[in-house]
Amino acid sequence: MKEGLPLWEVFVRAKGGLSHRHVGSVHAADPKMAVDAARDVYTRRMEGVSLWVVPSAAITASDPGDAACLFEPAQDKVYRHPTFYVVPDNVKHI
Amino acid sequence: MAHDLAVRLGDDALILGHRLSEWCGHAPTLELDLALTNIGLDLIGQAQLFLGLAAAAEGEGRDADALAYRRTEDAFQNCLLAEQPNGDFARTIARQFLFSAWQELLLRRLADAADQEIAAIAGKAVKEVTYHASFAAGWVVRLGDGTAESHQRMIAGLDWCWRFTGELFEDGCAALRTEWDARVDKVLAQAGLDAPEPVRGITGGRRGRHSEHLGHLLAQMQYLPRAYPDAVW
Amino acid sequence: MDTVELSKQNDVSAIAADDAGRHAAFEARVAADEFIEPKDWMPEAYRKTLIRQISQHAHSEIVGMLPEGNWLTRAPSLRRKAILLAKIQDECGHGLYLYAAAETLGVSRDEMTEALHAGRAKYSTIFNYPTLTWADIGAIGWLVDGAAILNQVPLQRTSYGPYARAMVRICKEESFHQRQGYESMMQLANGTPAQQRMAQDALDRWWWPSLMMFGPPDDNSPNSAQSMRWRIKRDTNDKLRQKFIDVTVPQAQALGLTIPDPDLKWNPARESYDYGAIDWAEFYAVVRGEGPVAKDRIKARIDAWESQSWVREAAMAHEAKRQNKAA
Repeated sequence: MKEGLPLWEVFVRAKGGLSHRHVGSVHAADPKMAVDAARDVYTRRMEGVSLWVVPSAAITASDPGDAACLFEPAQDKVYRHPTFYVVPDNVKHI
Repeated sequence: MAHDLAVRLGDDALILGHRLSEWCGHAPTLELDLALTNIGLDLIGQAQLFLGLAAAAEGEGRDADALAYRRTEDAFQNCLLAEQPNGDFARTIARQFLFSAWQELLLRRLADAADQEIAAIAGKAVKEVTYHASFAAGWVVRLGDGTAESHQRMIAGLDWCWRFTGELFEDGCAALRTEWDARVDKVLAQAGLDAPEPVRGITGGRRGRHSEHLGHLLAQMQYLPRAYPDAVW
Repeated sequence: MDTVELSKQNDVSAIAADDAGRHAAFEARVAADEFIEPKDWMPEAYRKTLIRQISQHAHSEIVGMLPEGNWLTRAPSLRRKAILLAKIQDECGHGLYLYAAAETLGVSRDEMTEALHAGRAKYSTIFNYPTLTWADIGAIGWLVDGAAILNQVPLQRTSYGPYARAMVRICKEESFHQRQGYESMMQLANGTPAQQRMAQDALDRWWWPSLMMFGPPDDNSPNSAQSMRWRIKRDTNDKLRQKFIDVTVPQAQALGLTIPDPDLKWNPARESYDYGAIDWAEFYAVVRGEGPVAKDRIKARIDAWESQSWVREAAMAHEAKRQNKAA
């Protein structure tokens, strides 16, 4: 076989109220096969209540080389955080 | 009555679970290795529960292990389909699909049955088996529709198993037939497969008359408890 | 595991060709215990060493299913049968996680599988020994998994992110493997005389190969320093081996079994056990593929892979048809 089974990324919701989190990957030919594989591989110990599978090829990632221009500009925007503002101790509920 | 039912259900689960364990380390992909093992573990778990119930019901001081490891083949009441050798992956899938589709229908009924102990186990097991049937149906379609080779192998797998399906509807299970037929027909149609021609059914498993294969399976499975009768493991 | 150490040869020219600045930055990040992620720049030698190490680890998990699988259909109780099946299944999962980690470095699982089957890739020598009795299943859980855990725990902090995350998952799942093995040995050691003999015989046969799992002695492990600096190895072979011996000897004593090493002796000055000479000639022979069941192991893997390519092809063909219909 020239071409192997495609790779899928697997995301598991651990319990209601939490978001899906990346846990690993599986090889599968089609979406049902990928969900079945994800279930059999990644939820054997009650790790989840819901699964997402995404073809790995469908994921676009940011370039690590761009990390400085993408993420460092956020560093000095301290006014986005509540601790930036001074409120007297005797003022409550704010 | 409840005792016989528990033995049949337990033996089906034990023998098919054992067959699936033979795949471990040899499946076509790692994902399928995990999948077949999961089904095997579910079935061995069911066997522990049903045989435990059967042992308690007979009241002779035996436990599930005694039933699994110390009976001779003529005392086993599993269906002949469960004991059929794995063959290739297509035959294993055919066996699993035909069996799980039937087992799901049966357990669904038993989950609402009057016998509360059986109902409790059936209620737990039916969730497992619903997945087994869905998993196997998916592969019947993939293999039936896939390539010329997989299509031929799927036909051969179904053909091997088909003569043992009539037995599933003996012993009070006749009412499951219509729904089972409909379900099997639907999946086979999706797979581009014709239902095998009706054949003369081969039965006997429920009465302890098995195929040649069960004796070999038990010789292997029961080897240690038989060779060291006084040992605990 | 540490057959890894045997075939290492770093690609010096590749390092020289890489941009020196990026190289220095990489080394600094690793030295600062930062994680390297798949799309980050990395020296070619780091990538190659990782692919070799991770894939060999993955192969060991997959080949390692076979010796235990040999007793799966003969497990002596329903409980033992379920435990063993679940344990071997975990090993399959661990192989899968590790292949996936290696795949992030630009090599496919199929390529790695073919390298194993063609004899270009190694796996742990321990799996080329046969499992002759049921006690071997207990001994493997206790000794082989015990040794593997000592190797694996430090790798949870290894520098390559996907590898470290796979190891976290593996270590978590593997925590029951050694305990079930020890429990099984305990049952035998406290059982009938025949069971006790079986247990001692298993220890006799698995002890030395288990010690070899940590790889050649430090003075014969030339690339250890490089791997240590790159944080893809966190302790030396000899240090881990000594640790294994020190924790395992009391466990054997608790079972009433005898470690097959007449030179084994507590050394109060070192606060460690002194132990006898390891037969490295045997180790290298097994590495070369001369282990008692090496041919059987690889044949089983090749059979599973090659004779069932039609299943994978069918799944692909079905999906291609499905997509054509949808289009």
